[in-house]
Order: sequence, then C-alpha cells, then structure tokens
Amino acid sequence: MSKLVLRGLEKLYGASVAVAGVDLALDEGEFVSLLGPSGCGKTTTLRMIAGFVDPTAGSIEMDGMVLSSPSGSVPPERRRMSMIFQSYAVWPNMTVEENVAFGLKLLRIPAAELRRRVDEMLDVVQMRHLSQRYPAELSGGQQQRVALARAIAIKPAVLLLDEPLSNLDASLREEMRIEIRRLHEEFHLTTVHVTHDQAEAMATSDRIAVMNAGRIEQVDAPHALYTNPRTRFVAGFVGRTNLIEGDCSGTEVVFERVRMPRSALPNASSLAGKVTFSIRPQSLRLWRREAGLAGRGPRVEIQVTARTYLGDHWDYLVLPLGGSTKLRVASPPLEVYAVGESAVLEFDPGQMAPLA
Amino acid sequence: MKRFAVWGALAAPAMAGAPDSIWRRLLRLEPAMLLWLFAMGVLLALVANPMFRLAVASFEEPETGRWTLANYIAAYGSARQLQALWNSLELGIGVALLSGVFGIPIAWAISRTDMPAKPLVRLLIFGAFITPPYLGAISWILLAGPNSGWLNLTWMTLSGADHGLFNVYSMSGLVAVVAFSSFPYVFVLTESALDLVPSEMEDAASILGAGVLHTTLRVTLPLVLPAILGGLVVCFLEAIALFGAPAMIALPANFQVASTQLWQFFEFPVRAEQAAAYAMPLLLITVLMIWLQRSLTGRRGYAAVTGKSGERRPIRLGAWRWPMLGYALLVCSLSALLPLLVLLQAAFSRAWGRGLSVGNLTLQNFRYILFEEAQAREAILHTFAYAGASALAAIGLAFVIAYLVRRRLVPGAGLLAFLCMSPIVIPGIVLAIGFYAAYSAPPLALYGTSLMMILAFTTRFLPVGYASASAGMQSIHPEMEEAVRSLGGGRLLAIRRVLVPLLKKNLAGAWILVFIPAARELSTAIFLVGPNTRVISVMLFDLSEEGNFEVLAALGAILVATSILIATIGFRVIGRDFMLRRGP
Repeated sequence: MSKLVLRGLEKLYGASVAVAGVDLALDEGEFVSLLGPSGCGKTTTLRMIAGFVDPTAGSIEMDGMVLSSPSGSVPPERRRMSMIFQSYAVWPNMTVEENVAFGLKLLRIPAAELRRRVDEMLDVVQMRHLSQRYPAELSGGQQQRVALARAIAIKPAVLLLDEPLSNLDASLREEMRIEIRRLHEEFHLTTVHVTHDQAEAMATSDRIAVMNAGRIEQVDAPHALYTNPRTRFVAGFVGRTNLIEGDCSGTEVVFERVRMPRSALPNASSLAGKVTFSIRPQSLRLWRREAGLAGRGPRVEIQVTARTYLGDHWDYLVLPLGGSTKLRVASPPLEVYAVGESAVLEFDPGQMAPLA
Repeated sequence: MKRFAVWGALAAPAMAGAPDSIWRRLLRLEPAMLLWLFAMGVLLALVANPMFRLAVASFEEPETGRWTLANYIAAYGSARQLQALWNSLELGIGVALLSGVFGIPIAWAISRTDMPAKPLVRLLIFGAFITPPYLGAISWILLAGPNSGWLNLTWMTLSGADHGLFNVYSMSGLVAVVAFSSFPYVFVLTESALDLVPSEMEDAASILGAGVLHTTLRVTLPLVLPAILGGLVVCFLEAIALFGAPAMIALPANFQVASTQLWQFFEFPVRAEQAAAYAMPLLLITVLMIWLQRSLTGRRGYAAVTGKSGERRPIRLGAWRWPMLGYALLVCSLSALLPLLVLLQAAFSRAWGRGLSVGNLTLQNFRYILFEEAQAREAILHTFAYAGASALAAIGLAFVIAYLVRRRLVPGAGLLAFLCMSPIVIPGIVLAIGFYAAYSAPPLALYGTSLMMILAFTTRFLPVGYASASAGMQSIHPEMEEAVRSLGGGRLLAIRRVLVPLLKKNLAGAWILVFIPAARELSTAIFLVGPNTRVISVMLFDLSEEGNFEVLAALGAILVATSILIATIGFRVIGRDFMLRRGP
C-alpha cells in the first residue's frame, strides 16, 4: 500500500488555477521531488500535503486515511508530518537545542529519552558543539542544519521540504543536498521535496515529478527522466536539449537531413506520423571529415556556426548542410572546431527520446 | 499505529460527505470566526457607534428625537461662532508654517551637514516633543505674560521700558506656543526622509556647478517635499484639534477657536447636540487632510520612498556651522529649554514671580501634591492607571486584529484594519463628544466612570497600537508559526511560544507609544471626566484657571518626568530611535 496518495488534487484561487489535478503516490520511505518553474503549483501542492492549504477538489490520503478533501481537512498539527521551510523558520528566541527539542516535547517524550534523541540528532547534523547557540549566531547553512534536525527528530510520518536550499549560496547548496540525501539514507523517511533546481532534485530523489502549469508532466527516476523525457516541457526543463521533428510513417524515421531505422530508436515501434524527438547535446558527436567512419551511427555533414568554450566542454551550434534546424553539441575540450569549419555529426539513436 | 488511529478518528467526520460540508466549514473556522466577531463587535462599539451617534445627535431634537436642522442653525447662527472656526483655520495654518520654519532647517542640518552638537539638539527636540502642549502654554504664560512674564521683566529691566515686548495672550502668541510643541513632527518626518537621500543625488547637482544652497533648495528639499508636507499637515491637524493651549491663551485674550467653542457648548446648559453639529467641520477637514497627506506621502518616484541609501557624506558648512547651530539652539531653547526651566523654577518656588532666591525655594508644592491633597494623589493614580489600562487594551486589540489581517485567517479582515485605523481622522474632542452622545445616557450611563475614560483613550490611540503591531507582525515570517504547527503544536501554542516572544519588544514599544500620549491626553478627557475620574491633565487645567501656577508646575513636572522616565526605559530596551523615528 502506498504511504501517501494524492488523488485528483486541485486548488483554485478565485478564477486562477494553482494546481490542476495532481495524482501522485509515494511508497513508504520514498524520496520524491516536485520539480518545476516558479508558479507551477509545486509549493501549493506541498502546502496542501502539510495541511496549510485546503484543496478545492481531490484528496490527500496517508496510510489509507483521508487527510484533506474539499469537505474537511486534518489540521497541520495532527498530521504527524514535519516540514522544512524556505526561510528555515528556526525560532530565534530559542537555542539550537530548544529548537530541536520542541517537537519532541509536544510528543511528551520522557526527559531522559528526549535528551538522548536531541543529542543524537545534533550529532547527525554535526551541530552538537553549537547546541547552546541562538540562531542569530549561526550561518545560513548551520540554521538549515538545525531546521533539518528539528524536523527529523520527531520521526515524522512524512517529511516535507519546501525549497530548503534556495537561500544558500552555491557551494553550500551542493554540500547540503548531499547532506539531505545522506539523512534520507539514514532515516528512510517518506519525503516530498519541492525545488526548481534540477541538480538538487537529481541529487536527492528516488523519483522526480516534473510539474508545469498545475499538472505533473512526468514522474520518473532521475536517470529515466533525463534520458527519456516524455514531453517537450520535461525535455526542455530537465537539462538542455535539441528538439527535431521526424516522420515515422515507414520503416525508417526520416529527419530533415538524416534517416535511421525505426528499430534503432527506443520506444519507436508504435510511433506514427510526425513526431518530435529530444536529443541531448551530450549524445551528439563531431568527427573530422577525413576520419574513417565505417560502422558508425547515422550521420550528417554540418558546418559550425557558433561556439562557446565553457571549460569542461565546448558548446557548438551546428547547421546540417542544406538543412534549416540548428543543433547544439557538447564536445570534450580537446575536440576543437573553428566557426565555419565543416565536420560530420553522428547521432546515437539509442539516446533519442520521442516526445508526446 | 495507535497515534494514527487517534487522528484518523479526528479526520473521519471531515469525510462525512457533501450535504453538511458548509456546516463543517463553519465549524472548522470557528475559532478565527469567533475572534473576528469579537474584534468586530469591539470596534463597532469603540469607533463606529460613537461616530454614528455623533452624526445622529447633530440632526436630532434632544427631547423628542425628531429630525431637525435646528442644531446646525443654532451652532453656526452667530458671527462669534463662525469667527471661532475661522480662528481655528488661522491657527492651524500659522502653526503649520511656523513649524516648517523651525523644523525643516534643523532637520536638514542634522541629517545632511556637519553641524556640531547634534545629540544635544536631538535631545532638546525630544524634550519639546514630550512636553504636553498645555504645559508649554503655561510655561509661556510665565515667560511672556504681558507684565509679569520673565522675558518681559528682563526686557523692562534692561531697557527701562514701562511695558513688555511680548504678549502671549494673542493669536500670534498662541501660534508660537503651539508651534513650539508641534514642530518636532515636521522635524522627524523631514529628517527621516532626508536620511534616505543618497549623497549622489547632490553630487549630481554639484558636478554641474550648483552650490550648496542651490543644491539644497532645488534638489534635496524637493526630493523630500512629500515628507515635509506630511509633517505640515500633521501640525495643522494638531493645532486645530488642540484644546488645552487655546483654552489657556485664547480665552484670556478674549477670542475663541473651534475647540474652545465646543467646550462652551458643554457649559451649563449642556447642548451636546449643538456641539455635535459644530464638530462636523473639524471632522471633515481632518478626514480630508489625512487623505491628502496619505496621497502625498504614498507617491512613488521620490527618493524618500525608495529606501535604498547609497553612500552619504555630510555637507561641510565651514564657518556657517556656528550660525546654523545657533539657530537650532534658539529654536530648542524657546521650545524646550526655557519652558522646562521656568516650569521647574515655579515648581520649586513659594511664589514663581519672586525669582531664584534661597528664600523662595521650597518642596512644599510637591509635598502638597503627593501627601496633603488627596485629589492630586488620586489624579496621579487615575492618570497612570487609565493610561496603562488603555495602552494594554489598545495593544491587545491591535494584536488580535493585526494577527487576523496579516495571517489572512478570515475574509473581511481588511474591514477590521480599516476600522482600527480610522480614529486617526477623529480629533480627540470630536471623539469625546461622540462617546458622550453614545454612552452617557442610560442604560449604560458611562459618563463620569473610569471605564468611559479608558475606552475613549483606547479608541483614540488604537491606530498607534495597530500600526506598530501590524508592522511587527509583518516582520515575522508566517513560516515561523507554520513550523510549530508542522511539528504538532496548535495555533495558540505557536502564538504563545513563538509569536509573542518574538514580538515582545515590539509590543512593549507599542505600549509605551500609547501610554505616553494617553497619560497626558487632555482634549478627550476634559469632556468625559467626572468628579471621581479626574486625571492630571484635567487637574492641571483646573489649576491654571485658579492661577495656582506653583502647584500646577509641580504636578506638570511629575507628569513630564514620568513620561521621560518611561521613554528612557523604552530607548534602553527597544532601541534609541523607537519614538522619534516613527511618523505619527
């Protein structure tokens, strides 16, 4: 049985639609990220799960019992969830230790046990040496560790993370997302994580639900999401990509300047008519024209129209000779081509994803 | 699983289905709804009903309750009464202009230049701010009374003239006295706006060849014009609503202003319905001016409201520093130093006119007030009890309403905020007449009770409390409370353990901001006071009519000293600028 189920969840604010029918089921101990641009409804969805917002339609169930529905909701304090907020919301009038102990006291945990669990949590987030400090004396990263410890200490049925790293600077953010994943592996809490940062979602999640305009476009493991985006939006939002259109009427899929056998493409057996494919820049490869290319994949002659050197790779913009759609190619730093130079572009059909 | 079962059971009724869902929702909203209803009820009683009763009373025959225009005809029927309205207008405009002359240069000097002794000037302006206008009036009677005032005596001694230079008992005297107590508003508003103008604004003008004076007049001051005008409007409104100072100065000088004329309607036989009719222009002009001020200061595009200050360097005045300081000290002496000195002199004198001599020194005035005269002791007790209680009530109510509004707990909370802020457009005198009209008659018959005084003070200073509580509430992220709830604590626990501790200083500051003006409030009190509810301000007024200036000065000194003490505690606990920074 699923731990947490969202069924046809909707939220309207007057006439504007914040969440337009979200279905999602989380297994016990699963870490799922809601990923999407701002205004896609991910935070509203999370706040509905937390109980701060009541749905207009649909329901939220935990362990088979309804928590939220248009006819009534269990208030946040009785859901046995806990939440980490964008602003950390670490109470400045309490010490680190008091912050962490707060939820445990509400559970009426005996004093000795409470002490033990607070210390244990502070050890886990490496904050024990600062337990008597007040939040104003802590850095942003340390405050977020306190927020994590405070939320996890009560062993919540579901842990909710609302863009917890968005206020941290880049290097700290990277450190903290590893921390969040480590804590998940230690405690196996069922977790819903809201973020607009795909790297953050990928690093932390078992599955990612990509949201757009109030709906979930695709739910998949990070790897599957990247290699097999199913919609134009997902392909574009998760990583960079090229979109090209192919004709799937015959046994070959015919693109503007190149064709490849249908059997070489994944999930292509049932495709018909015009289909858009997503091709990651990393799956494309440039070759010198004089290189022996026998036995390689489908290819096309191109001309380099622009290039940017980004340190860890070259970002080339290339145009197939006689074609009209420019493609983006990511090449290793040593594969240098000048603007205007001609080359051969090789496709890897196995990494091309047809979009709905 | 036991825990799950508990909240599963709680969740169950919520799933009962569609037919009773509206009923369920009402039940679910109940605590917030109840609070809303409670706050609404209190505000209707405190704000809406008195104003409604005031309007009704102005159109009613007192005996029969029939609609009539007779009250208006009686109220505006004589030239004398129309002249009083005109005098009020003259007073208001005069005070506003004079306050600008006092306040703007000093604000500029303190904010933008290297004038020396800034802390001293600030302190003296605070002294002018904390001295109630009616005490200022008393001091100036002692200083500039036609024959006996200190300044006139000094002049006569020095020049050998047989009559003095100044006569405080005149319109110009009244304008000056009121301006001395209200120019701090112009100063505070102008200075805090100037503090936000980055030096780059002035540099841009100087690099084009403009001198300091030119830059100041053409760039700097126009940038803060909305703040200046806002300050002038506040001074104007202060002046026309004031009761004490005009009653002490205008009546002996044999002219009336609107507030003293209103007072006449309450002399025997009481004609409250005529007073109500006569109060209308005062109310309307205040509504209009506040609206004007809001639209002035609410305008965008001025540096004063961008809030981003770049680098700021003081303008070097060179030798002009000293004349500038001289001017500032002159204004401060006239508004704070001299009045307070002369007040202290009188307080410690057997007879104030006998001057500073050992034989004239005495503590008898204080002994009389504190130990011999039961009425004075009672008045002191009442003053602080009423001010404390109404500050508490105003802050409590403001806190509840600010919480409902800021956390969007109920639809229609905006109406609460509106009602809560609306006493700002009601002059104290008008509010008092409204309270009289609404609650003096049976069945409540609150006239002359402590409750009446406390309720009126609470209403009068509710906007101060609300502005403060609302700003504090806004500064605290709702997630602070949501964190409590997500961990299993209810809303009340979140308020008790997080919100209130975080707002402690803010609430204490708001309490002081209400307490100090409530402790010195005269214009509301004078209309609602009864024999058993006398407060210091009313007693001071009575003493001034008796001409007992020594005891009066001692009692006034106690009031000022207490105000300063509480404000100082506020500065210590809450931070230096908590009173002077805030615009009224």
